[in-house]
Amino acid sequence: MVVNNLSLQPGATRHTISVLVENRPGVLARVSSLFARRSFNIDSLSVSPTEREDISRITVTAMVEPQPLEQIIKQLNKLLHVLKIVELDPENTVERELVLIKVAATEQNRSDILEIVNLFRVRVVDVHPQSLTIEATGAAGKIDALLGLLQPYGVLELVRSGSVAVTRGPRALSDKVAGSEISGR
Amino acid sequence: MALPTPLQAFSAVSKPNAASVGISAQSPQTAATPAPSAATAPAAALTGEKMTGAQALVRSLEDLGVTDVFGIPGGAILPVYHALNEETKFRFILTRHEQAAGHAAEGYALATGKPGVAIVTSGPGATNTITSIMNAQMDSVPLVVITGQVGAHQIGTDAFQETDTVGITYPIAKHSYLVTDAQDIPRVLTEAYHIAGTGRPGPVVIDLTRSAQTGEMFYSWPQRMILPGYSPTTHAHGKVLSQAARLIQQSFRPVLYVGGGAMRSGASEQVQRLVDATNMPVVTTLNARGIIPDSDTHNLGMIGMHGSIAGTGAVQNSDLLIALGARFSDRVTGKLSEFAPRARVIHIDIDPAEIGKNREPDVPIVGDIATVLDELVPEIQALQSEEGSVDLTNWWALLDDLRANYPSDYTRAEDEPTDGSLSPQWVVKELSRQADPRTIWVAGVGQHQMWASQLVDFERPRTWLSSAGAGTMGFGLPAALGARVASERAYVEASEAAEVNSSASASDTSTSVSAATSAPSASEATDPAPVWLIDGDGSFQMTSQELATIFHENTPVKIAILNNSVYGMVRQWQTLFFDQHYSATMLHDGDEHAGNASATPGEGFFDVPDFVKLAEAYGCVGLRATTQEEAEAAIEQANAIDDRTVLIDFRVWKDAMVWPMVPAGNSNDNVLFRLGEQPLKNVAMQREAAAAQNARAQAEAEEAAQNARAERSNL
Repeated sequence: MVVNNLSLQPGATRHTISVLVENRPGVLARVSSLFARRSFNIDSLSVSPTEREDISRITVTAMVEPQPLEQIIKQLNKLLHVLKIVELDPENTVERELVLIKVAATEQNRSDILEIVNLFRVRVVDVHPQSLTIEATGAAGKIDALLGLLQPYGVLELVRSGSVAVTRGPRALSDKVAGSEISGR
Repeated sequence: MALPTPLQAFSAVSKPNAASVGISAQSPQTAATPAPSAATAPAAALTGEKMTGAQALVRSLEDLGVTDVFGIPGGAILPVYHALNEETKFRFILTRHEQAAGHAAEGYALATGKPGVAIVTSGPGATNTITSIMNAQMDSVPLVVITGQVGAHQIGTDAFQETDTVGITYPIAKHSYLVTDAQDIPRVLTEAYHIAGTGRPGPVVIDLTRSAQTGEMFYSWPQRMILPGYSPTTHAHGKVLSQAARLIQQSFRPVLYVGGGAMRSGASEQVQRLVDATNMPVVTTLNARGIIPDSDTHNLGMIGMHGSIAGTGAVQNSDLLIALGARFSDRVTGKLSEFAPRARVIHIDIDPAEIGKNREPDVPIVGDIATVLDELVPEIQALQSEEGSVDLTNWWALLDDLRANYPSDYTRAEDEPTDGSLSPQWVVKELSRQADPRTIWVAGVGQHQMWASQLVDFERPRTWLSSAGAGTMGFGLPAALGARVASERAYVEASEAAEVNSSASASDTSTSVSAATSAPSASEATDPAPVWLIDGDGSFQMTSQELATIFHENTPVKIAILNNSVYGMVRQWQTLFFDQHYSATMLHDGDEHAGNASATPGEGFFDVPDFVKLAEAYGCVGLRATTQEEAEAAIEQANAIDDRTVLIDFRVWKDAMVWPMVPAGNSNDNVLFRLGEQPLKNVAMQREAAAAQNARAQAEAEEAAQNARAERSNL
């Protein structure tokens, strides 16, 4: 994603931000260009529809200091297509990421790799004489640990979906979007 | 699922097919995206009047109450221009460049407080307005720019004069729309006008496809806006108001720092009330000149890179800074970490993103300036009636001292031209002295702009139009055109209202319309308020083609060109910071008469362009002044002529400087009154010494207290 060392200052911590936006083309371009302009170092960004078809949800994780974070949230709020921004509290959030890992595997070490797979309760979704493809979901920490163990066997290909996150408990973020009536367009 | 309009990416536009070639309200886009209007449009359609999108655009502007529109036609906007005719209720002003259409609309907006509107074509027409859109964004000017766009099905094909206007304007506009469905036009216009003028004002772009202009729709008015993501805060909550009032009551060196936001909010009266209630000194940014009259002794003038010594001294030494609609721009603060170092800050702004962006406030207040002040002033007065008001005598003594010793004028020996040319500062003073008090002042960008801001006597709000944050050279002439259109409109409306009043004195047709404009006394006036443009020879040439517009529209303005034959502000920097290496700043348009009257072309002195001949070529009266007598006479003549544009070419000294000056990136404490004179340094040292002493005294007191405690515990 946007790599710019400006925001990699001491004091930067990992933040997860959920942005509810109107579900229409071009919105992601506006949001992401704002990140780029303010040299905001994004770790991951994922977009998807939500329980309401008029609303999309963008989940951003980033290493950032509190001050630029506050400023970027304010700037995002100025975009008319942005309906709601919440910084998620890690204590009170379920966060997951999906990753597909293609590991080099031979007859000799395949069973070793499968043991790791079992240990982490993840799944094998493709087997080939020379490779194994593993699907894993979980919080970023678990995925990182899994990757660390698989690295010695040779990771041929890796793709991560980026984090998605919801708060615990019955309340939805879109509850706070008052009087939204975007479907009228 | 994706909804197609108003903001639309290329991928969402379906390719033409048999069903949707004819664009109609019911079948705008099909196939790739479900058409939302298919469900909603028929209901509206039943009640609406059938017309084309272009006609709907014109009708929407009329129904919004837009009275003046600027622009230039072109292929992709032609249907709209076709819909303009004798029955159209607004005045259309044909400019000669799209950038000028934008600036004229800005000038109009600044003078009236209402959004300015410009209609231009696609591609180059749209990109030519980019400068004005950016300028409007920087200075928070309400502006609606309608650009043509190729037909919806041609988008993304690199069609003739196609460009991604919405994409280009994302970062520099408050909002941008792409309209592909004629049925959306009245609603989008309603929203755009609303967004441009409310909250923190700004430019809104409507990119209107040709197919939406030619498509048929059913027009109904008024329209319901759908803006779930837009709700600017205007009212402050009570707690911060009482905190602010308490802080004001506890401060002995307070300063009001008033920015353009107060002007946009129309808060002139409220600011005056606050000043009268608290006896506080006021400094303003470039954009807020005139928010309270210069004749009010509380007004210390402009602050910033070329701010007054008294104003800068007040801010630097304040213990409380109240920022009203100001954004702590680098041109105001100098070195940010040393800006008002001992001050606590109350920051009032309608844009939450401004609060804490550059300076962390002690009391943040989000809201409309006028609304917040309406609530804050009574809070302060209530506290004052309980505790008495704060005595600011010592504070004013310091400031009056600075004001008396370092006045904002140019009467020192080194300010006198050495080559026999005119002093530009004297010209500005003379212009101000002779001017009609209703005059709307407009400037380009450069030295002349700073001199105008410092030396013109501003007595009313919205009579100073200038490009501040963007510093757009060439802003002046088109903005003056817009200001003149505004003053003519105010005059017409005031006369109509007066007529209505006199014919039916009992009727309640008030002059509320004219109250919003720049000329409160227009109802008694016998002509529209005059417009004086103070411009530089460099800045003027960037948009001088608009003299043609001004002639043909019969919108006469008065133009003072401070012609020093160079890019003066750049030259000043070259003189001070770049070893007097005058790289690429000679314009050679005013050399001949600057003490070289005998020189003939070919001998190194020539004037191209000759501004007098240029003025005459455009049907204006052209005058030239090289001496004070000529200048006085020329200004008098210009003020007497009100049916034609008058341009005066003042030959001024190219080495004249704008003083005071804070060198870029320096602390405001280092402000130079003249070269080598830093009057605030001593004041700053005293301030820091006093602060250090206070800190020491506090530390000693604490130590003593601690020792006492320790002794007690030992006992």
